[in-house]
Amino acid sequence: MNYGETFRLCIPEIIVVVAALLVLLADFTLRGLEVRIRFWICGLVASAGCVAAIAWILLAGDSAATSGGMVVSDALVRFIQMALLAFTVFTILVSLESEFTGHVGEYVTLILLGAVGMIFLAASEDLLTVFLSLELTSLSLYILTAFNKRSIRSAEAALKYFLFGGMSAAFTLFGFSLLYGLSGQTNLHGIAAALAGQGLDPLLAVAIVMVVIGFGFKVAAAPFHLWAPDAYQGAPTPSAAFIASGSKLASFFIFAKFMAIGFAGVEGSGAFQAFAPGWVPVIAAVAALSIVAGNLGAIVQSSVRRLLAYSAIAHAGYMLIGVMSHNQDSLAALLYYAITYGLTVLGAFGVVAIVERGTGEEQLSSFAGLSRRAPIVSFCMLIFMLSLAGIPPLAGFFGKFYVFASALKSGASHLGLLWLVLLALGGSAVSLYYYLQVLKQIYLSEPPPGSPAWTVPALTQIVLCILAGLILLFGCAPELLLRHLVLAGG
Amino acid sequence: MLAWTIYISFLGALVLAFLPKTNARAARITALIAATAGLAVALAQFIRFHPGDILEVARVPWIPTLGIEYHLGADGISLTLVLLTGLASVAGILFSWNIEYRTKEFFACYLALIGGVYGVFLSFDLFLLFVFYEIAIIPKYFLIAIWGSTRREYGAMKLALYSFTGSAMVLAGLICAYVLAGANTFDLMALSRHPFPPGFQMWAFPLVFLGFGILAGIWPLHTWAPTGHVAAPTAASMLLAGVVMKLGAYGCLRVAMTLFPQGLDAWSSPILGFGSWRDVLAALAVIGIIYGAMVALVQQAFKFVIGYSSVSHMGFVLLGMMTLNQIGLSGSVLQMFSHGIIAGLLFAVVGRMVYDRAHTRDLGKLEKMGLHRVIPFAAVTFVIAGAASMGLPGFSGFVAELQVLIGAWQAFPTMAVLAGFGILVGVAYTWRAIQKAFFGDTNAAQPASAGADPAPLPRMDPISIPERLGAALLIGVSLLVGIYPHVLLRVIVPSFDSPLFARLFEWLRQRGAQ
Repeated sequence: MNYGETFRLCIPEIIVVVAALLVLLADFTLRGLEVRIRFWICGLVASAGCVAAIAWILLAGDSAATSGGMVVSDALVRFIQMALLAFTVFTILVSLESEFTGHVGEYVTLILLGAVGMIFLAASEDLLTVFLSLELTSLSLYILTAFNKRSIRSAEAALKYFLFGGMSAAFTLFGFSLLYGLSGQTNLHGIAAALAGQGLDPLLAVAIVMVVIGFGFKVAAAPFHLWAPDAYQGAPTPSAAFIASGSKLASFFIFAKFMAIGFAGVEGSGAFQAFAPGWVPVIAAVAALSIVAGNLGAIVQSSVRRLLAYSAIAHAGYMLIGVMSHNQDSLAALLYYAITYGLTVLGAFGVVAIVERGTGEEQLSSFAGLSRRAPIVSFCMLIFMLSLAGIPPLAGFFGKFYVFASALKSGASHLGLLWLVLLALGGSAVSLYYYLQVLKQIYLSEPPPGSPAWTVPALTQIVLCILAGLILLFGCAPELLLRHLVLAGG
Repeated sequence: MLAWTIYISFLGALVLAFLPKTNARAARITALIAATAGLAVALAQFIRFHPGDILEVARVPWIPTLGIEYHLGADGISLTLVLLTGLASVAGILFSWNIEYRTKEFFACYLALIGGVYGVFLSFDLFLLFVFYEIAIIPKYFLIAIWGSTRREYGAMKLALYSFTGSAMVLAGLICAYVLAGANTFDLMALSRHPFPPGFQMWAFPLVFLGFGILAGIWPLHTWAPTGHVAAPTAASMLLAGVVMKLGAYGCLRVAMTLFPQGLDAWSSPILGFGSWRDVLAALAVIGIIYGAMVALVQQAFKFVIGYSSVSHMGFVLLGMMTLNQIGLSGSVLQMFSHGIIAGLLFAVVGRMVYDRAHTRDLGKLEKMGLHRVIPFAAVTFVIAGAASMGLPGFSGFVAELQVLIGAWQAFPTMAVLAGFGILVGVAYTWRAIQKAFFGDTNAAQPASAGADPAPLPRMDPISIPERLGAALLIGVSLLVGIYPHVLLRVIVPSFDSPLFARLFEWLRQRGAQ
């Protein structure tokens, strides 16, 4: 192992860590100032750090390097890292106007540390680094969830998240140890090489299930989703947005890579009437369950955050279809989906935060007449909701389309996964109902009498418009994203 | 050039979004200009069109990775329906001149819907077609849910969910076709030439046909139509019945039947007396014709009569397609056009002329108002529209339904007889509606002995100029097509000789030879 090279590969992470320390320092020296001003200063420092890291990644050239397999860097990894850093910037910008905490420095630092975990996760292809970065991300997110100390919901959500997360980390670790025991390797490629030709050992099957449980928890797939509604509801809005966007993208990226590389050779098949044991049918079952549980769960929600949480479970189901298809197309499709989904959900939580500030609640009924109170924000929410429902020409539609098309292309027999695609299409038909419920409140219901128009901070409006614009842009011209994802992957 | 029909509509919607909120007049005029411009473009192209051609309107790569192109084109069938869309959109705006509540948003939704509809009719890339098809769903929802009446939220949600479920079925079929063809293309021409495995076509055909058929009001998946039509504001009902239902029918013809013609092949053994999907769908169409007419006959609400009559008339469109002969197929397309015009006119009378003045749609109450004396123009218009709807010679409905019946007689005589019975019921319900709504007995409510002076007539606004213009436009078109159907048939009939339908007719010839 070459430490110089490892160091060079980790420079983006290092830049973000330095930015995190600077944020702490800045906040420490500015203790006396008003919270809002401290938030702005810390946010600007943190955003500058993320932008610097993005700039470094862009300028560092397009060489592929592995550094002994601990940290890898290729065009795709770098693109995902940039997307994650962009999500972090958006999360910070959305939180600049929030008032739930006085511990500004710590909050922004934790967001940055979570981001470090995520970009590190995207770059790792080794059991050790995967687990380390996974834990770094998770621990930051637990605290971010609990950050609103005045709210009992926040504490409860964090505790739930933490207990479930601890359990799942144990499962993951157990799975990893089995893998190591079977192969004597920690590198994913090494594991695949050592296990090649052995077929599906019973212990390997256990390892597969353990790993799927671990990652399934991270991406909030049913039946490991129980933490999600509470965490989404209780967490401060920016934290929830960060969990739903950044954490999801990083986890899905490593999940797909881990399964496709580490378990190469024991795929099995999830095709209809041609089931074969392996990791694909396991994920197929989880995906099917998530689609059903998420969509049915979301129908009955009256809280918009819980609705978003259940819809996130359903979306995790769609994305899992991308994981299990494991061909070059499907990885690009999955990443396109995860990136655009992240942008959408960041925007949706941004709108939720505005409504919460205005009415103190985030029930469906709190959105009543939003179009009269804040027309621009409402229009952004229209785009976010329709994109989640998968209405063209928004990005959510193309994401779904591409995932399904690549799923049908996968496997020896074409159309083998048709049953799952049909289920997913049915699920998305159901989902239109609950997304329209939100829009119905916004555009149809009258606002409570005597309520004035809201003044929404200019920055928040700009960020929301940028997000909505990106969703429209990527939906109308998917090639802008695909160019990076497909070429980089292939 | 033809692509501008789409762009003008979306641009109009965009301009409306930026107009000042208070200026309703400007919004109306902007919308009217946009719709008229669309109609003018459509009409110019229609006149210049050389029958049998396939116009290439635009073709640029859109998503090269997946071989998706932005490919607009038009043949005679598309052009006929584009022309219909232009006419219906102009008429719809004329009949919604009195919208005062959130005017500019209304017309923005309206134009967005029109833009999507133009897009569907002009797409020659199936991915693009699907995109436009779905774009149309959301404006429909808001048009009904915000500006509608009777149970509008229910009707709007039902329509949105039905449409979306249908399009999910279509999407599944399209993705399968894309993957199986393996040519990395969604081009309609290329896919319609690809010989898909017969076993695949056998299930993909009903999937896609029924998926589109939901929007065409195929029985028993028609239930969104009456509730949606009734709940919608006048202009939206006119569009729903006039062009949105045609979207579904057009999809059946353009996608399901050109891509998977062998899905119409005979099954290995008959099930319940049905030998193929063709028999099943023809039976559903005939049930739709009769059921729609029967239900329309007993409705108390005026608008429901028209709503169910749409289901009945759309049955002819589907029946025409299942005949698989040229006369039936071109009759089917002609019926799409004709029903678009006539249903638009009927909904205009019911929703705008009558309801906005009488504030009731209950036939029992209308009966006592003596509307033929209060608003004679509405009465005359409705009698003409009713005559056209019944299929009186001289109107477009007659030519279209006659062609379908002749085609059906050649293909399945029993069905033709049953459909003919449906026309009779159609006469009955139209007659009943005319009688009750306009020529009711004003004195019936009075005790016979005290009938010295007749009940005072209710006061109503006179029929406005835009309404008269709209009615004249639609009646004129229906008469023109009825008296001289060649204007449309000139472009429709040669379209079936195009390479798009080559596989369908080749398969028919082979089957005939066996």
